Amino acid sequence: MMTPIYKKGGANMNNVMAIINNALDESFLDKLTGHRSLASVPFGARYRLIDFPLSNMVNSGITNVGLLLQTKYRSLMDHIGFGKAWDLDRKRNGLFILPPAHIYQANRAYKGDLQNFASNIDYIKRSNQEYVIIGSPNVVANIDYRDAFKYHIENDNDITIIYRQLEVFRRDTTYTVINTDDNDRIIDMKVNPKKNFYKKISLQRYIMKKELLLDIIDECISKGEWDFVKNAIIGNLNNLKVYGYPFRSYAAVINSINGYYKSNLELLKPNVWQDLFLKNGPIYTKPKDEAPTGYKNGVNARNILAANGCSIKGEVKNSVLFRGVKVHPGAVIKNSIIMQKSEIGENAYLENVILDKGVQITADKSLKGDTNLPMIIAKNTIV
Amino acid sequence: MPKEEMLAMLLAGGKGTRLGVLTKNIAKPAVPFGAEYRLIDFPLSNCTNSGITTVGVLTQYKPLVLNSYIGSGSSWDLDRHNGGVTVLPPYVKEGGGSWYKGTADAIYQNIEFIDIYDPEYVLILSGDHIYKMDYAEMLNYHKTKNADVSIGVLEVPWEETHRFGIMNTNEDQKIIEFQEKPENAKNNLASMGIYIFNWEYLRKYLIEEAEENDDSAGDFGHNIIPKMMADNLNFYAYTFKGYWKDVGTIESYWQAHMDLLGEKPILDLQDRNWIIYSVNPNRPPQYLSEDAEVDNSMINKGTQIMGTVKNSVLFFGVKVAQDAVVEDSVILPNTRIRSGAKIKNSIVGRNVIVEKNSKIGLETDDKKSNELKITVIGDDEVIPEASNIKAGMVVG
Repeated sequence: MMTPIYKKGGANMNNVMAIINNALDESFLDKLTGHRSLASVPFGARYRLIDFPLSNMVNSGITNVGLLLQTKYRSLMDHIGFGKAWDLDRKRNGLFILPPAHIYQANRAYKGDLQNFASNIDYIKRSNQEYVIIGSPNVVANIDYRDAFKYHIENDNDITIIYRQLEVFRRDTTYTVINTDDNDRIIDMKVNPKKNFYKKISLQRYIMKKELLLDIIDECISKGEWDFVKNAIIGNLNNLKVYGYPFRSYAAVINSINGYYKSNLELLKPNVWQDLFLKNGPIYTKPKDEAPTGYKNGVNARNILAANGCSIKGEVKNSVLFRGVKVHPGAVIKNSIIMQKSEIGENAYLENVILDKGVQITADKSLKGDTNLPMIIAKNTIV
Repeated sequence: MPKEEMLAMLLAGGKGTRLGVLTKNIAKPAVPFGAEYRLIDFPLSNCTNSGITTVGVLTQYKPLVLNSYIGSGSSWDLDRHNGGVTVLPPYVKEGGGSWYKGTADAIYQNIEFIDIYDPEYVLILSGDHIYKMDYAEMLNYHKTKNADVSIGVLEVPWEETHRFGIMNTNEDQKIIEFQEKPENAKNNLASMGIYIFNWEYLRKYLIEEAEENDDSAGDFGHNIIPKMMADNLNFYAYTFKGYWKDVGTIESYWQAHMDLLGEKPILDLQDRNWIIYSVNPNRPPQYLSEDAEVDNSMINKGTQIMGTVKNSVLFFGVKVAQDAVVEDSVILPNTRIRSGAKIKNSIVGRNVIVEKNSKIGLETDDKKSNELKITVIGDDEVIPEASNIKAGMVVG
């Protein structure tokens, strides 16, 4: 039973709409985004990246969510449907699919994600909420937006950015970093800098008044500026009250293959998955009606996260298994991510590997990547 | 409303008395099964998979959980513009109302509902059997045989025939005699409680029975079928070959769960060609810790396994702490088993807390008997630290 947690807090979230910006460059995920957009990249045994921001929004009481699309969105559309899994199939409000920019401007070069906002400006104008939260799908966290929204109102901010203070700054990925003064006012912000980092990173959740968003879009576009973060946000740090809201629980920014790989395996730490799955409401995803997972005679499975529908006979350690994975006897899987419907043949050996959906590893094959450079096998490959 | 060729009426009012504490708060069809499901998921999913899109669910005993579980029927793809699933509790009519006296009376009291769809055939199902069956094939058989009534049957071992309604058939599968729980059976084809009736006939017999016989038990087996047989209606037996289980007792409920395990389970729930749908609670993936030891078990999402689990079925939200041992058992949703606890040959209800170092079903006072004794813990019980619940006991 879904707990309507949004009824507990003080913030009136009926007055907040959300936009998930999936018009982002996803090429850093290489083969994993060869046929899908960032938002539909599988994550955490049974989810796709979009499930996290979408569920957070719903759990925070937001009922009007627009989803900006740019490319390769077939799998995303299939996953989202009418938004039923997130309780967003509504008569009023609900989930709105916002089609790519170029369909309105055939044969014109794509300039940046502000174009997607501009192409769907009617949706934004027509929505009757006063405030908007803009988020991107490549940050995995379980955030209660009500707290951040309350802070936004009480502190009378123009823009509030949810950020996280990093303990470990990973060099194998990139971040949008921010610098704040003692009062959390954002004084500097940079997208994927190569040096001069800050230890505070943007979790890419931006709260502002809808009217302000409309003004900023108009302002930017009329000057030939097309990048939401660099132009609309960073470009306004000096003229607007832009404040940071610190988020202190688990958050993973997926900005590289290695970051993707490590963040998946990080879920095996009980404190991480408890933070992500058990706090601030459930993470919803499209149900597939898979039967429960069968662990067969002689299985050796330790330190794993597994979805339903798997049939496991071999040895699986420190790994994440998605729905319907089959592991035959004698197979060994270590430190790997095995996506939906992949099958690992008898006596095969996998270490530090990411198998995309529907990969078949035939008997006795051995594949090994490096801890810092996992081997990726593309969707439906037969090895 | 467009005419339906066949609609299904699912009898879901049963109390399931022999399941004891498992049906204390819920009707038998709502009893959890197979780590993920409830019993009613099987007939409902069979309907969906057979292309039957109009289903009436007849409820009576403790219907609350069942009603909210069925909801709009969308879990089984039965939220339809025309038909779909309709929950049918007893209701008050112009001349007063009454409970459903029996299976046939339940259908009789809902003639108006069936008439909306004006079907050729009505399929009668039970809400508490576990099996995967294509009702469309049975309907084809019914039409090919030009039958008035077809009864689903399965071959049972001869020594068990006294537990069933037995159909005596000729070489053409035509039923010539019906024996209810016979001492000396002439055949071993047992009724599965699945019937296809030509609605025109069934409607007529239901009305006659209700109007002419005030003391009628309103039961298919006792009243309607014998009367139809006496009138020489065409009865045919449709033999079902797959797995079928009536989980009417604690032992058969436990055994049906054990049937889900093994190298090639007798009942394969992972078959994607015949999906058993359910309300599918949204839970995180299952977590097995570094110390987990799992063997020959079926485990649902939302579980956390830090201890040992062998030959067992675990529902969603179950937590098995470090050094806890679960063997040959069925653990229902959201139950917590704390460290050092040991459970064997047991069925543990929902939301139970088994405190540290408790023993359930491990020891027996009856040293002589080798008979398997299943221990049952009812819903919401707390088993105190270091308790010793002997084999065969029922708590709750």
